[in-house]
Amino acid sequence: MDGAAPLFRMEGISKRYGGVRALEKADLTVTAGGIHAILGENGAGKSTLIKIMAGVVAPDEGTMTLDGREVSFASPAAANQAGIVCIFQELSLIPELSVADNIVISDPPKRIGMIDRKAQRRIAEEALARAGASDIHPCALVKDLPLSRRQMVEIAKALARKPRILILDEATSALTAADVAKVFEVLKRLRSEGLALLYISHRMNEIAELADHCTVFRNGRNVASYPAGSKSDNEVVELMIGREYSHIFPPKLGPNAAATTVLEARNLSWADRLDNISLSVRAGEVVGLGGLDGQGQRELLLAFFGVLRGLSGEILIDGKPVSISSPTAASHGRIGMALIPEDRKTEGLMLPMTVRENLSFAALDRLSKGGIIDRASEQRLIDDMVGLLAIKTAGLDIPVGALSGGNQQKVVIAKWLMRQPRIILLNDPTRGIDVGTKQEIYQLMRKLADAGAAILFYSTDYDELIGCCDRVLVLYDGAVKRELVGAEITEHALIASALNIHGEGAGPRQGVGA
Amino acid sequence: MKDWRYWLAEQRGTLLAFGIFIVMFAIYSGNHPAGFTANVVQTAANKGVLLAFVAMAQTLVVITAGIDLSVGMIFTLTNCMASWLVIGTGLETAFGVLAVLGTGLLCGAVNGAIVIYGRLQPIVATIATGAVFFGLALLLRPVPGGSVNEDLADFLTGRFFGVVPASLVALLVIVLVVWVPFSRSEFGRAAYAAGSSETAAYMSGVPIRRGKFLAYTLAGLLAAIGGLFLTFFTYTGEAAYASGNAYTLFSIAAVVLGGVSLFGGKGSAIGAIFGALAFRTIGDLLFVFDFDPLWQPLFQGVILLIAVSLGAFALFRVRNRLEWFL
Repeated sequence: MDGAAPLFRMEGISKRYGGVRALEKADLTVTAGGIHAILGENGAGKSTLIKIMAGVVAPDEGTMTLDGREVSFASPAAANQAGIVCIFQELSLIPELSVADNIVISDPPKRIGMIDRKAQRRIAEEALARAGASDIHPCALVKDLPLSRRQMVEIAKALARKPRILILDEATSALTAADVAKVFEVLKRLRSEGLALLYISHRMNEIAELADHCTVFRNGRNVASYPAGSKSDNEVVELMIGREYSHIFPPKLGPNAAATTVLEARNLSWADRLDNISLSVRAGEVVGLGGLDGQGQRELLLAFFGVLRGLSGEILIDGKPVSISSPTAASHGRIGMALIPEDRKTEGLMLPMTVRENLSFAALDRLSKGGIIDRASEQRLIDDMVGLLAIKTAGLDIPVGALSGGNQQKVVIAKWLMRQPRIILLNDPTRGIDVGTKQEIYQLMRKLADAGAAILFYSTDYDELIGCCDRVLVLYDGAVKRELVGAEITEHALIASALNIHGEGAGPRQGVGA
Repeated sequence: MKDWRYWLAEQRGTLLAFGIFIVMFAIYSGNHPAGFTANVVQTAANKGVLLAFVAMAQTLVVITAGIDLSVGMIFTLTNCMASWLVIGTGLETAFGVLAVLGTGLLCGAVNGAIVIYGRLQPIVATIATGAVFFGLALLLRPVPGGSVNEDLADFLTGRFFGVVPASLVALLVIVLVVWVPFSRSEFGRAAYAAGSSETAAYMSGVPIRRGKFLAYTLAGLLAAIGGLFLTFFTYTGEAAYASGNAYTLFSIAAVVLGGVSLFGGKGSAIGAIFGALAFRTIGDLLFVFDFDPLWQPLFQGVILLIAVSLGAFALFRVRNRLEWFL
């Protein structure tokens, strides 16, 4: 492929969201017949880059050329037309429509103005077969499929559009090992057919196996571009992290064996998502939940918080078994639990309501006398919180949606701190917020732990787990596969156990042909 | 191999509505003093198809996850128009019919344009346009009156071959000419996709706006067909506020009875038609049982509550409480 003219080129692309810089003068060159891996941490700008390529967002500045001609895409449809198809991390399938409907959605086959259902069925079956997922019935509704099957449908849908450039954004994160193997075969075949593939993944071994060329992003810039295999994993990780990164975590005090166990689970199982999980968290301890995204971490936190029905096993608070039937029950009385949810926009905040109202929601029962909110004590507590978390807001009576992402997240945390919880569950609290706020959240977490709170912390960012946690439990397929304590918590150990490489002597990618 | 199972799952709402209708109608005609005769069926059909047309109109909008609170007023406005225009020689009558249907299309297009391009909430936008449509109806017919081409009216409200109600045949024709092509077209699918998940639809490059616009526009057309039939049955035009609003609300009830999800993306106009027919039959049950008509609204409400509760049983199976809110 050397010397081949680039199929697609991006030069000097910049993009800002509000005050946050997502991309700064980024460049990328894509050639046909190759697999190009994009690496970088969460928030490094990879997703923004792809969204620009796929026509979802418009760049603030910079140029894109396809086949040597300058292009710009007003919508995903325009990008598709030009042959750029993206498989997004957040699925783009329509839940109430069937698999076949979804596969042909952007350009259904037509006869006399109506959709030709027979042709549609044929295209869908072909595409599913090409993606190695012929076990999926084309008539099934997408909403009835499990996540891994939906991901396969997503891939089939992309293939049905006959792309020239196919972008896979964490497309394998929800897949089972057998599916990953099939997808890899498909991708290699597509490469030999002359497609250009952009592959984004956090899984280093996948990139090592697939990629021809790699580009590393950090803080919105492309910091390095090199042929695959020319750098060691350690060098790549250094490129991704940058050196300044390791100093932002507060010091850990080390284990305190005398502390009492506050939260304990024994043999928790739920549906097919949680499998016999036992764990305990002591007062003053930060326990991390690691593993690939979607291995049951979210469900585990929801189970503690009383959201799941039909849970088997036991939850103990202060050594006594309790049954928690709702978030209200979890947060009240002697349990005193708080959950900082993963999606602050839907589960954490009422965006159009004011900062003041949002802060008070979780603690209304404590703030009111005889059903009436005591304005004075509310104000006192809110002032404390705004001070403690250094929430930057133009006032307490502006809509919380007007705040920056980092400050919104602080409001979500503050809202629960108003109850002075003893047990704090955090579900990926730093996703999509800036480094400065992240640092403040790490410090706050440690401060709360030092004051005696028991903290259970799920993060998709390995560095956070390394920097913040006293212990890390790595989940795989709904079960705790490994517990890492203190100095054992390293990037290598986290990744290895996340991929379940030590379990049963086989990694999830066993059997993937070279 | 298992295709029929998927088909069955997809049609469950429609089949349930069909079942409810059959049961209700069996009770109705079984207790009717005249029994199951062509006359009874014709009268029931003529009353039923009016709501069926309006319910079809509502379905189109509800599929896009919107709601149209002006359908009843489009129905009323076109009734008043028809009482002026659908009269005279064959040619004049034909012109009048076209003008009435064109007005319906226009009303629907206005709703669509406001909701889609003006980005207003469907519920407020259509309350406002509904008031405008009613205002126009009132200007056309300050007092009830007018007339209609009676030959055409009698033809379309009578019976074919002495047994088949003509209004039912007309309903069937409209289903074949409007609903079937729409639901199978790219734009129909876009309307479903937009109702089910607008972001996913946008990301997939679906023509959301055109799909929704067509849905609103055709809703106006279907409501106008309803208004036309109302004129054929009554021979007059009347700007009746209460009746227009009742049709709007009943159409929502019929749509839900017919298995169409108010959250959008799911359901079919066929289901809504059976929902409408069932709803009408429920309303008429009292008469065959010789109860005081005073009881009708209360009775109708209770039956409706029971019927819509059938769809809520799935919630008992939900194991993650967050899914209650989806």
